[in-house]
Amino acid sequence: MADTILVVAEQREGKLNRVSLETIAGAQAISKETGWPVEVVLAGSDIGSLAQELAAKAVARVSVLEAPALTTYTSDAYVFALKQFIQEKQPKLVLFPHTYQVRDFAPRLALALDRSLISDAVGYKYENGRLLFTRQMFQGKFAADVSFAGDGPWLATFQIGAFRGDQAEAGSAPVENVTAAVSEGSPRVTPHEVFQEAKQAVDLSQSEVIVAVGRGIKEQKNLALAEELAKALGGEVAASRPICDNGWLPLERQIGSSGQTVAPKLYVALGISGAIQHLVGMKGSRTIVAINKDPEAPIFEIADVGVVGNLFDVVPALTEEIKKAKSA
Amino acid sequence: MKILVCIKQVPQKDAPLKLNESGTWIREDVSYEVNEPDAYALEEALRQKEKHGGEVVVITAGPVRAQQVLREALAKGADRAIHLEDDKFVQLDSTNTARAIAAAAAEENFDLIVTGLQSDDFGAAQTGVLLAEILGLPHATIIIGIEKTDSGLRLKRELEAGHYQFIDLPTPAVLTIQSGINKLRYASLIGIKQAKNKPLRKVAWAEVEPKLSKNLQQIERLYVPVKQKKTEMIEGPAAEVARKVTEYLKNTARVI
Repeated sequence: MADTILVVAEQREGKLNRVSLETIAGAQAISKETGWPVEVVLAGSDIGSLAQELAAKAVARVSVLEAPALTTYTSDAYVFALKQFIQEKQPKLVLFPHTYQVRDFAPRLALALDRSLISDAVGYKYENGRLLFTRQMFQGKFAADVSFAGDGPWLATFQIGAFRGDQAEAGSAPVENVTAAVSEGSPRVTPHEVFQEAKQAVDLSQSEVIVAVGRGIKEQKNLALAEELAKALGGEVAASRPICDNGWLPLERQIGSSGQTVAPKLYVALGISGAIQHLVGMKGSRTIVAINKDPEAPIFEIADVGVVGNLFDVVPALTEEIKKAKSA
Repeated sequence: MKILVCIKQVPQKDAPLKLNESGTWIREDVSYEVNEPDAYALEEALRQKEKHGGEVVVITAGPVRAQQVLREALAKGADRAIHLEDDKFVQLDSTNTARAIAAAAAEENFDLIVTGLQSDDFGAAQTGVLLAEILGLPHATIIIGIEKTDSGLRLKRELEAGHYQFIDLPTPAVLTIQSGINKLRYASLIGIKQAKNKPLRKVAWAEVEPKLSKNLQQIERLYVPVKQKKTEMIEGPAAEVARKVTEYLKNTARVI
């Protein structure tokens, strides 16, 4: 059988997860180099209309893998259905977006297939006929090129933002309906409804200026430094996860994969090292200023302006300068 | 509840890391600490035991140095420890790491196995889920709340962008724990003293090797990532730095 790339698209409650299109864009890029055609599968029930949007991309086929057991996500039902589907199709490569849902079932699926999953890749390389996946290691301080050993199917997940969904090439693909294999036992996990904790009082995605603090702020009382800088700039204060875990700022002010995604005109990162989980939430910002004592901090990889120094000295001085510049 | 906590020793957060000569891994002469999400998993296990009784066992796989994180866990209140002790454990992929832990833990029949949602070094976020598959247990990931019910557990699962979901799960089960689920405790002086006399079982490579297979993925090379953006680095005394940053924001970025 010819080698193919299978993209496992994601939907929840009848809504297509847009990051599926990023994975399709990634698959199309790999396809250009390897010549392996791209196919897409979407699992669920009553999701035919969602398949149409996927079929409008330049892919060879969209399979709709349907069964009532797939209406609400459970790892048991997904692993069972996708295992059977992949075993029948025998793609060379299976690609997923690195979502919370995929993190929940993809490792189990890989092992059920007696295969391996390279998770959270940010890119790929095709070198002398070998496919390598690049992933971040040690919280982004290093990158690694990782290869698969053994036969396909090879499984890999792409980090959110690794490719641009709006650059997925358009086309027209046939849609195929497939009845999903369903296990006789019922799933062991019983999911309940998805909810949001409380109405968010601040919508940081609307802020033009954000001053965000990380571990480097050291103590809760030092947040005042960030607040004064934010006030001078006319912006909002936000934080990386550890600050909210400590209860120093409410969760609604957390930026990152588990919090809000923002793209302000100006993002000032104070004492934030720049772990992947934080970067995905802010790397779309137009101008990024990073102040950190560690010159190796990954935040400097994406900053426009980097200051290696003690934020407790630099921030008060910066606040004063900005006040001066604004009143001038 | 009899609870197993899988913990990993990783380089300290702000430790300067250097590549080894072959460019495939870091030089090991750095300071280490417990992987942060694993610390939250341990804390949660201790709290469940304090509420419902039972036993907390900690396990790690790694060189001699990794014993340190087990001692710290014992000092915080874990009852005993298992150390898969060999340098070779560092080179295992997620699947084989899970196999090694499963081999050492299978006979103990734990009611609950918890671990952090991912490690700060590899960040693959797979070992816990794979452990469930190998042991044939149900699992749940990115857990931010645990409550014991008559039939098992009621869990609060974190989803993306501030969304959550409650799920019910029978035990025995495997959970991966999100940072921030609780407040971490410090080891007490008496805890540190008691830890010295708590049982620590060593498991040799040879004991679990029959359960392992070839790594199905491998790191070809490790390197400092290529910069995506041109960063203007500004140095000097605080006042001068502040002036230059402000100039940039005003004249180049035009945001003030």
